[in-house]
Amino acid sequence: MSQGKLLLNRRRLLGLGAAGASTLMLSGCDWFDGGLQQGEGLRSTLEKANDLTYRVQRLLAGQQALAPEYTEADIRQGQRPNGSTDPQGDDYLALKANNFADYRFRVAGLVETPLEFSLEQLRNMPAQSQVTRHDCVEGWSCIAKWSGTRLGPILDMAKPKPTARFVVYHCFDSMGGGLSGPEVYYESSDLIDAYHPQTILAYGLNNQTLPVSNGAPVRVRIERALGYKQPKYVHTIELVDSFAPFGAGNGGYWEDHGYDWYGGI
Amino acid sequence: MTTETEDIALPIAEKRKGPLIYRQSVFTRITHWVWAICLFFLLLTGLQIFNAHPTLYIGQQSSFADLQTGQKFDNAWLELGAVNTDNGPRGQTTLLGHSFDTTGVFGMSGDPANPDFRGFPAWATIPSWQDLATGRVIHFFFAWMLVATLLVWLVASILNRHIADIPPTPRDLRHLPRDILDHLRLKFEHGRKYNVLQKLAYSAVFFVLFPLIILTGLTMSPGMDAAWPWLLELFGGRQTARSIHFLVMLALVAFFLIHIIMVFAAGPINEVRQMITGRYRASGDVPFDASKGDKK
Repeated sequence: MSQGKLLLNRRRLLGLGAAGASTLMLSGCDWFDGGLQQGEGLRSTLEKANDLTYRVQRLLAGQQALAPEYTEADIRQGQRPNGSTDPQGDDYLALKANNFADYRFRVAGLVETPLEFSLEQLRNMPAQSQVTRHDCVEGWSCIAKWSGTRLGPILDMAKPKPTARFVVYHCFDSMGGGLSGPEVYYESSDLIDAYHPQTILAYGLNNQTLPVSNGAPVRVRIERALGYKQPKYVHTIELVDSFAPFGAGNGGYWEDHGYDWYGGI
Repeated sequence: MTTETEDIALPIAEKRKGPLIYRQSVFTRITHWVWAICLFFLLLTGLQIFNAHPTLYIGQQSSFADLQTGQKFDNAWLELGAVNTDNGPRGQTTLLGHSFDTTGVFGMSGDPANPDFRGFPAWATIPSWQDLATGRVIHFFFAWMLVATLLVWLVASILNRHIADIPPTPRDLRHLPRDILDHLRLKFEHGRKYNVLQKLAYSAVFFVLFPLIILTGLTMSPGMDAAWPWLLELFGGRQTARSIHFLVMLALVAFFLIHIIMVFAAGPINEVRQMITGRYRASGDVPFDASKGDKK
């Protein structure tokens, strides 16, 4: 009898313990999930690791270290289109209808000399091609040959002011939909990536004119970073001292949706 | 009750108590539990990241079906996907060209009436829902934590000579067959040092699996590939590195399972106590040595 009572008590105790533990675990999960929303303290703490990654990789790679280049024999397939593949903005459709003859590439913001180039002018500037690997943040990779002109000399022509710290890349395409409506794609980089010897305004892909699905007429290649740092349909680059005024202020469309700004890992 | 049955019922270590020895330094104990937390989060966020593209390849790049012809060069060796069948959608895992129905676990899981199409199921990922951005934030945080803790452990273990406890000596290896037999009979030696199977397991984790999983993780970073191009040469390409990263994860999960089973088999209270207080009840044949800080 006393043993039965003891068992019952123990069972009840176990039950209480299990209920308590599961409540603790559930509230732990709730606390964890809540803290993971963008702008919350827990997430901001965890995101400090991304700043560390940025600093350490800049230290290890320096300013000039090149992304690995491959040979044309390594191109096994077309460049996989991803994200926006066919922008529907009126301004873009009008330019596309005219085969981008009226397209202008603009350099604006914190520069001594704002500049403007037609596609023809960009094509007549010193050209460079590179066979590189495009790494999507999702995990896949694709090797392709990108042709264009280096961004660095164009920035030099525009003469950035000493206060300029970042380059914001403005695009024609919009992403998303849903409740918040479409958001215009944009990206940004530091000046190291903007001046990097492999950073080009690409207008050619695999020996063809850059197609619309891959970012025509101009896509910026920042070869040491992931795919979302390779903005397509770029029309303006703006030198700034902060990217807080753009989008939600995190330096890019995907950054505004929780992805890290550095994008080198 | 006879003495004989009592003998069988009691764990071997309790039969003849040896001294209570001080076996694990505070550095070993703290780093052990920090790694446990790190690996828990790294595993579950890693599966979240994997789910963003649940296919693994060999080489530099990933093969895709050509948009026009549907043909592709195929370098994928593992894919957790879903297919449409006459009986509706099914989860399908394709391993080295062989397909298996894995509905409910891989490729398709959750409520059968309203299934999720994802590589690993919700219970195996952090966050439970599809959220690559958050998975990456947590993964990289704990990756740094793991590396920092490994460095602390390495420096401390060189200074306190714990590092020498881990690689098996030629003498240990000669005892290997006997040690395997002892393990099979669940007869465990509770000595001052690790037994040879422990040494082999811990050596594999510290000197093979941890370096491999860190370096293959770095190889997936385009920034690191610019800084250290030899990473790509070493592992044979970014996608191969991603595959190795995944396989090493499986090896670490296997280690974890065996580790836990061995804790229970060898006496959970004694084993857990050594990782909390550092004190460990040795087998009866271990002589008492007050100079080593032994207690009765």
